[in-house]
Amino acid sequence: MSTRLYQCIEAIGNRIIENKDFLTDLDREIGDADHGVNMARGFTEVLAALSQDETDIGAALKKVGMTLLSKVGGASGPLYGTAYMKAAGPVAGKTEITLEDAREMLKEAIAGIQMRGKAVQGEKTMLDALIPAYESLNSSIENGVDAKTALSRMCETAAMGVEYTKTIQATKGRASYLGERSIGHQDPGATSSLLTLEAIRDFI
Amino acid sequence: MKKLINNAENVVDEMLRGMVAAHPEYVKRVDGCDVLVRAGGSKGKVVLVSGGGSGHEPSHGGFVGKGMLDAAVAGAMFTSPTPDQVYEAIKAADGGKGALLIIKNYTGDVMNFEMAADLAADEGITVEKVVVADDVAVENSTWTTGRRGIAGTVFVHKCAGAAAEEGKDLAAVKAVAEKVIANVRSMGMAIAPCTVPTAGKPSFELGEDEVEIGMGIHGEPGTHREKIRSASDTTNHLLDKILAEGIYKSGDKVAVLVNGLGGTPLQELYVCNLAVSERLAKEGIKIAKTWVGNLMTSIDMEGYSVSLLKLDDELEKYVNAVADTPALRVL
Repeated sequence: MSTRLYQCIEAIGNRIIENKDFLTDLDREIGDADHGVNMARGFTEVLAALSQDETDIGAALKKVGMTLLSKVGGASGPLYGTAYMKAAGPVAGKTEITLEDAREMLKEAIAGIQMRGKAVQGEKTMLDALIPAYESLNSSIENGVDAKTALSRMCETAAMGVEYTKTIQATKGRASYLGERSIGHQDPGATSSLLTLEAIRDFI
Repeated sequence: MKKLINNAENVVDEMLRGMVAAHPEYVKRVDGCDVLVRAGGSKGKVVLVSGGGSGHEPSHGGFVGKGMLDAAVAGAMFTSPTPDQVYEAIKAADGGKGALLIIKNYTGDVMNFEMAADLAADEGITVEKVVVADDVAVENSTWTTGRRGIAGTVFVHKCAGAAAEEGKDLAAVKAVAEKVIANVRSMGMAIAPCTVPTAGKPSFELGEDEVEIGMGIHGEPGTHREKIRSASDTTNHLLDKILAEGIYKSGDKVAVLVNGLGGTPLQELYVCNLAVSERLAKEGIKIAKTWVGNLMTSIDMEGYSVSLLKLDDELEKYVNAVADTPALRVL
């Protein structure tokens, strides 16, 4: 029997793997048609590499990050790899986390993505899902909202962020070469970020 | 999808094994990695390490050999190789005089190669890097990630490779690479899309009489679509954009690369090259060297790109210097 931690990461991985073709199709519109393929390959490796007995959340996230970094490639590999490794920081050695820990993890992950990708919000990237998600989670915590509601609101806000990426022009990554032609398409990276958050919400 | 493959997931591995089987006198594979290095090693010289996603064959493994690259890293199809693979390439090729990483300007490539450079620096290997951004189809502004690196990269491999072979130190080899980057510009177009084996379907669709201008080398869309025109008109359109850069003037000497994207026959590339030679003659630009062939491809895409490299005496010497690799031989 695997640990609940492993099951949670498995839920994220399966969500990405199930959406392989969907993500690749989105990437075909404005990129190079490989986002789903690469992310699915990465998470297949993650699920094989991670110990089913793992209970240390920090150690598990670090392993996820390292595996994505060495198996995904492209821009997503360094970005998601860095995000998971940074998210490991606030929960090193922990076997349980609070909503406040989750907020810190998200904050660190976003900082890592910004450092590696040199992007800000509004450039049609994964940040357009993750930053609103962080803000929503933060406001839920400040207003004393319960965990289930907070996660559910976080995902709704992230989904709005994905919708928002349809309305803007890409200025980072391969979609930026399209100029105005990138408008009207949702960003594949923002979409995979949303899928990750939704998988966590559904698991908890 | 109709392709001569065994399994879409194994194409990169089997291609590399096939290359080693074909060219054992030139290249060997680094154990457990998707990396080709020179069969005889690179002791005592500055090493050039390049690579990128697969699908651009013969780039980059085909240019591993005397006078060009020392190591080439093959990522998944159209996907930058990961930092650990690039790091292994640097380590395996290292000849004790430092390494120059030649990176095409894509977000993923730059991130992965930079992370690898950091890892290698921690190991005490001196690493420098250059980023090639020769595609004039892409606006170079604060609103984009900058221009893409496309076929002009082969000129960087050739000239910097010749400088390294000559025994120049890392700083000097890097200076040659940067001089090439400053003086090379390219632009391409496609008349039919490519199909990534793992995706199984074409990366985009074009109408019967439609072409995509400003095409990159990954099936990513270009700047716009238009009705197909003659080879001469199309080539002149690409050259208009390249010449508008203001780098190439009457009296200058250039090297030309008419590069096929993988699915276009050589006869059409030569027809396009005729237009290049006629146009440059009209502009008073002297052609010192022309290469026509499939050097930086996009799997099976039909189309081509034109690259011009402005030559001074040094670059002319390096373009013409001896190179002996599986894909390019200059004697």
